[in-house]
Order: sequence, then structure tokens, then C-alpha cells
Amino acid sequence: MSFLKIQDIHHTYFSNQTAATALADISLDIEKGEFVSFLGPSGCGKTTLLSIIAGLFPPTSGKILLEDKPLNADSDLSIGYMLQQDYLFPWKTIEENVLLGLKLINKDEGLERIKTLKLLSDVGLGGTGKLYPRELSGGMRQRAALARTLAVDPKILLLDEPFSALDYQTKLKLEDLVFETLKSFGKTAVLVTHDIGEAIAMSDRIHLFSANPGSLHKTFEVPDELRELTPFHARNHPQYQILFQTIWKELESLEY
Amino acid sequence: MNIEQLHNQYKTSLKKENRLIRFYQILIFIVFFSSWELFSRMKWIDPLIFSSPSKVWHLFIQKLGDGTLLSHSGVTLFETVLGFIIGTLLGTVLASLLWWSPRLSRTLDPYLVILNAMPKVALGPIIIVAFGPGFPSIISMGAIISIIITTIVVYTAFREVDPNYLKVLQTFGATRAQSFREAILPACFPTIISTLKVNVGLSWVGVIVGEFLVSAKGLGYLIIYGFQVFNFTLVMLALMIIAVFATIMYQLVELLERKLIKD
Ligand SMILES: Nc1ncnc2c1ncn2[C@@H]1O[C@H](COP(=O)(O)OP(=O)(O)OP(=O)(O)O)[C@@H](O)[C@H]1O
Ligand SMILES: [Mg+2]
Repeated sequence: MSFLKIQDIHHTYFSNQTAATALADISLDIEKGEFVSFLGPSGCGKTTLLSIIAGLFPPTSGKILLEDKPLNADSDLSIGYMLQQDYLFPWKTIEENVLLGLKLINKDEGLERIKTLKLLSDVGLGGTGKLYPRELSGGMRQRAALARTLAVDPKILLLDEPFSALDYQTKLKLEDLVFETLKSFGKTAVLVTHDIGEAIAMSDRIHLFSANPGSLHKTFEVPDELRELTPFHARNHPQYQILFQTIWKELESLEY
Repeated sequence: MNIEQLHNQYKTSLKKENRLIRFYQILIFIVFFSSWELFSRMKWIDPLIFSSPSKVWHLFIQKLGDGTLLSHSGVTLFETVLGFIIGTLLGTVLASLLWWSPRLSRTLDPYLVILNAMPKVALGPIIIVAFGPGFPSIISMGAIISIIITTIVVYTAFREVDPNYLKVLQTFGATRAQSFREAILPACFPTIISTLKVNVGLSWVGVIVGEFLVSAKGLGYLIIYGFQVFNFTLVMLALMIIAVFATIMYQLVELLERKLIKD
């Protein structure tokens, strides 16, 4: 049985004048420990799908099963969601921000607290705990947001274009950091991105979506040679170029 | 070396500018009061109506001596501070309720608009009949004048908090109360503080009008009494004291602002 099962998801946004179908007939499975990417043109419903998986709102129809059980967003923290921008709370210190999830379940003391602060140094932010978000660079803030998401030890991590607001160099470094951190914790992850290269470098499998209405167009398996490598090294592998060209052509044919 | 010199030059020019401004401020103060005194003595303005600084000062000393001034100012200050606190608190609580229930907020929307447009001091007579001619009525006037506007301003701020903060909290399974405490309220502290500043002025209006109507005690009563017996020195004295107290309250709010909001 699959770890995360997405079954026949349809989603329509209703407003007074319009009913816009954002997702139609999406079904896919994700295995434990896998790193999966959602790639596709703007407006094809990637964020919508991620929000539904995160339980932020229910789909118009369809089901999401985590380890064969339906999700209940209010009562469990099995899903970590990292947004495009860090959304660290400006009135909290980095430490307080990272401890936020645990505070909400009254577990921000003792051992949990120490573990979380260790996480902060794992992402290279040791010693910044007492600073405020505005005193950190964009890359550091995104790393703090990663630590905040990991602090509650989610079973699966959803990343919605987490690197798109960063400069290229910072982005490459963060890709490696996120990749290695998630591998070392054995986390399952879903990454939404516009960047073909990023999808190939980081993931085991790439789901390509098409728009109007958002649906699953094609799935690409990333060759084993690339999976083993860190994103930075994967980008220099000959296989990377080949896959890049294939996906590029496919995307072109979608957008013409 | 050169940089340091320039920096020092910059600092001295800044200091000079500050001193100049302070000088003009004091100059205005002196010119205002001395010309007031002079015009009054020369009878260029009617001393019976406009009094004069020296007369106000003498009355101040005299009233301070017999203790009446202290008791009247004390009463008014007490009423104003309490009215101010109650108005701001109730307004914020009301805003929180509206945030809590979008349905309630949509239902009450037209009533808030009407209440806000309504001149609250017009309710004075009804309040005095309802609560009796004592300080509860006057405190209510000080409070009621700022409640609705506080509710509207703070509620608007609550709604404008970036929904992505709430999304972050929602993925951590936060309840609505937790979302309010962790995101909505702290994000709106700056707005709440700025409504405090507005409310300082408003609660003085409410309380002084309340004292006009009840006419028993306080600085508002001194103004009405002075007006009735044609003692305008007393009116001026009460006005001066109100100005001083209102300024002090405003400064305290600014102090609180600097304490709470550090960026
Ligand atoms: N809250 C909403 N109300 C109505 N329509 C919406 C809403 N959110 C998204 N949509 C519509 O649903 C479709 C999918 O949006 P979504 O944000 O999921 O796309 P996306 O793939 O994440 O795009 P991008 O790559 O630009 O982030 C779009 O056509 C969008 O206009
Ligand atoms: Mg999106």
C-alpha cells in the first residue's frame, strides 16, 4: 500500500459569478521516503493540490489517504507545509518562530526544545536563536522556516516553491541543504517548482501538470544515477541534460 | 580621518539645528504668554473675557492652597483615565468578537456604521438619566465616545493581517483562539497603540462634556461654573490644566509604544 494516496481529486473554486475548475481527476501515489516534484505552467493548480494535501481546505471531491487513513488536519501534525515565502513571525525571535508548532501542542519545553534548537544548528543557524527575522538574510530566513516545519517532525513535507524568492547561488546551496536534511531524516517530500532543473536535481520522480483544468499530464522517473547525487552534482551529470531536454520539449508542447 | 571629520561636522550641524528649533519653540511660548499679558493689561483685549496669565497664575496658587483644584483635577483625571481604558478595552474586545464570527460581523456592519456616524455626546442626557448624575455616567461618556471607532479600526486591522500567517498556524493544527493569540493580536499591536493615541483625545471630550451636563465636580464643572459666574480666569485655568494632563497622557502612550514596539 502506498504511503500517501491521492485519489480522484477534483477541485472547483466557487465565487458569485464563476466556478473555476482548478483540478480535474488527479490520482497519484507517493511512497515512503520518496522525493516527488510537481512541475507545470502557472495556474495549473499545483498550489491548490498542495493545500488540499495539507488539509487547508477539502477538495470538491476525491480523497487523500496517508498510510490508508484519511487526513485530519486539525488533530495531527503529520504534514509539514513550507510556503513560497518564509512567513516567519516578525515579532518572534528565530527561536520562538522555530518552536511555534511545538508551542501550540504545549511541547516546547525540555527535551523537545533542545532537539529543536539542535535542528536550528543543523540548518546552519546556530547562534541566531535570539535574533529577529528582520536581522537575517533571505536564505537564512528560508532555512529557519525549514527548521520550523521540521520541528514538529511531520511524516511528509510539502514545499511550495521554497527557493523561488532567492538568488541563484543561495538557491543552489539551499537545495543541497534541504536535500541532505530530508534524506538524513528519511522524510517523504513533495516539491512544487517552475524550475525544470531544480525538479530533476532534487527529486526521484517528476509529475508534469497541464493547465485548464489542472490535470496530471505525464510522469518522469529520474534515473538512479541522478537520485544518488546531491542536487549540485546532479546538475553536472550527463543524464541531467538528457532529461532536461525531454521535459523541456514536453512543457513546450503544453504551452506552445 | 577625513570621514571622522565629516561625521563630526554632520553631528554638530545636526545639534545646531536641534538647538535652533528648541529656541523657536521657547520663543513662541514666551511671545504668546507675554503678549497675552501685555494685551490684557493694555486692555487691547477684554481682560474680563480673556483674563491674563498673571491672574490665572494667582488663581492657580490660591486654588492649590485651598485644595479645591486638586480635588477637581483628581476627579476629572480619574474619570478620563478610566473612560479611556474601558473604551479601548471594550472596543478591542468587540473587534475580537467580530473577527471570531464573520457572520456576526456582517450582521452588525450597518449598525456599526450608524453608531459610528452618530455624535456620541448626544447620548449624554440619556446616559445621565440611566446611570445617575455621578461619575459612572461621566466615565461611560468618556468610554462610549471611543468604543465604536476603536472597534472599527482594530477590526479592520485584524482582517488585514496576512492570511499566510494563519496558513502557517493552520498547518500546525492551531485552533482559532491560538491563531488569534499568536498572529492576529501581535500583528495588530501597532494599530492598537495608534488608536490609544486617538482615544486619549476622545475620552477627554467625553468626560468634559459629561461634567458639563452633570455639573457637580471636576474641571468640566469648573469651566461651566466659571462661565455662569463670569469668572473667565477660572475657565482659562481649567483649560490650561486639561492641556497639561492631556499632553502627559499622550506622552505616556508614546512611552508605551516605544516599550512594546521595538522596530
Ligand atoms: N482562492 C481562489 N479562488 C478562486 N480561484 C483560485 C483561487 N486560488 C487559485 N485559483 C485558481 O485556480 C487555478 C490554480 O491556481 P494555483 O494557485 O493552484 O496554481 P499554481 O499551479 O500554483 O500556479 P503558480 O505556479 O502560478 O503558483 C488558477 O487558475 C487560479 O486562478
Ligand atoms: Mg502556486
